[in-house]
Amino acid sequence: MTIVEAEKLNQKGLQKVASNERFTFFGLTLPYLIMVTALIVIPVGWLFYLSFIGRDGSFSFENYERMMKSKAYIRIFITTFKISILTTIICAAIGYPLAYFMSQLSRKWANICMIGVLIPFWTSLLVRTYAWLVLLQKKGLLNNMAIEMGLITEPIKIVHNTTGTLIGMVHIMLPFLILPLYANMRSIDKDTLKAASSLGATPTRAFWTVFFPLSLPGLLAGLLIVFVLCLGFYVTPAILGGGRVIMAAMKISSNIELYFSWGAASALGVVLLVVTGIILFIASKLVSMDQLGNR
Amino acid sequence: MSFLNKNVSETQIRLKDRLWLYIFSYIILFLLIVPSLVVIPMSFSASQYLEFPPREWSLRWYENYFFAWKVENGFNDWMQATWTSVKVAVLTIFVATPVGTMAAYGLVNSNSRLSKILFPIFISPMMVPIILVAIGLFYFFVQFKLVGSIFGLVLGHSLVAMPLVLIIVFSALKNYDMNQEKVARSLGATRFRAFREITLPQIKFSIISASLIAFLTSFDEIIISLFVAGGDNSTITRSMFLALRDQIDPTIAAISTILIVISSGLLIIIQLIGNKENKKD
Repeated sequence: MTIVEAEKLNQKGLQKVASNERFTFFGLTLPYLIMVTALIVIPVGWLFYLSFIGRDGSFSFENYERMMKSKAYIRIFITTFKISILTTIICAAIGYPLAYFMSQLSRKWANICMIGVLIPFWTSLLVRTYAWLVLLQKKGLLNNMAIEMGLITEPIKIVHNTTGTLIGMVHIMLPFLILPLYANMRSIDKDTLKAASSLGATPTRAFWTVFFPLSLPGLLAGLLIVFVLCLGFYVTPAILGGGRVIMAAMKISSNIELYFSWGAASALGVVLLVVTGIILFIASKLVSMDQLGNR
Repeated sequence: MSFLNKNVSETQIRLKDRLWLYIFSYIILFLLIVPSLVVIPMSFSASQYLEFPPREWSLRWYENYFFAWKVENGFNDWMQATWTSVKVAVLTIFVATPVGTMAAYGLVNSNSRLSKILFPIFISPMMVPIILVAIGLFYFFVQFKLVGSIFGLVLGHSLVAMPLVLIIVFSALKNYDMNQEKVARSLGATRFRAFREITLPQIKFSIISASLIAFLTSFDEIIISLFVAGGDNSTITRSMFLALRDQIDPTIAAISTILIVISSGLLIIIQLIGNKENKKD
């Protein structure tokens, strides 16, 4: 056997080991893959199919047609988008300065502030929604304080409407914006700012021409996460909206709980899924997926 | 007031120019933390109505939570729902943590093409609107008579907890040098033994925090529970949501206080574990 032949044999053996290895690693992901397929891909696919089945049991677009013609559905779409866009904008307006502030602090102080962001993040959504209900109601703390300070004479209605829903949703969504944005801002090289200012840029100019563009990927990731989560939101608008703010997820739920109309619920669900999918697709083109997952 | 002229950034901004940012940020941090805490004094109120601050104090809502028996069936619904939640959350740890960890290990080691395809599928439970997942599961579980069963709830909750486990363990493994396993194997260890004795001890804190997060995710989950739970197996969040939708029962303030204590406790443990791991490297 020559050396060349021996090497060939060796190579074959190595290839076999490598393919065995690949097989093992793929095998390790199988339980996860099976669960996701059985519990998401198949059920959601089934809903997709149901959305195209009419009342008589044959293939039709009637669920979608009814949705496009119905005023109630159009109002739900408008409400869903309005609340989601407003929540996202308010979160950005509040979250950007806060994330910037934290990124300028020393690690130790930033970590302490981070606890302030993480506590609401891990407190049950229901608890936070309930707390806002207590604070914002007619005899709640906010109204009482405003009356005592003489700002208003009669209690004003700040809950069971759009305002209350927005306050609750911003409170719940803010950490989702701050976490990716803060991670991004931390990774910005501070020497670039030093360079800008040593070249004569004013602090304001250095911020807008150097820091802000570099923070855009983080901001974008945060905005898209918040917007997508808002689109499918259910609990907070259901409680703080008091039946006056009806978002898509609530309609899906009532279609099933009250009317057992799977076709209509599925059609609305498919629209929600498609819109979410398009936004996430755009997001994945703009920001790398790693950054989105890097929480 | 010389401290006001201290530089606070690379671009020579002085503290006094940036005072507004400090004040604004502290107000926002205050507003992030404090509103949830309002339920604590509320839970000790003697009144049926939501008054703040309460005029009289009592423990009646805690009594109601722990000891109120319903006349019709002789059950304490709140307690029963709490036990269901605890059971489901513990079982979720035992499903989501191993499945997520195995997948993370497989993805880190496999070639980038495969992981590029699988990763988006694996985090899809976080991306697909949860209401859709919930009604899909409901429809699916009806066929298999799993609605209202602990098993169904554990499957549903594991589904939403697995991506979190995956992301945490995946990033821990990314920072870990896999060559250490190769060394162990070249010295004769099997792959499993190399993992158990070399890799596992080094990523164990990440796995522990991942499992605590899986517990919390399950314990706080509402939407899937709303559809999949039922009958004798309602979860605590489901019961709270239904009660909140109908009337405002101050017992919810007592339960909320207990939930805040549990989640802050777990968060502190997770942070401490994180610190320990950071110190190690």
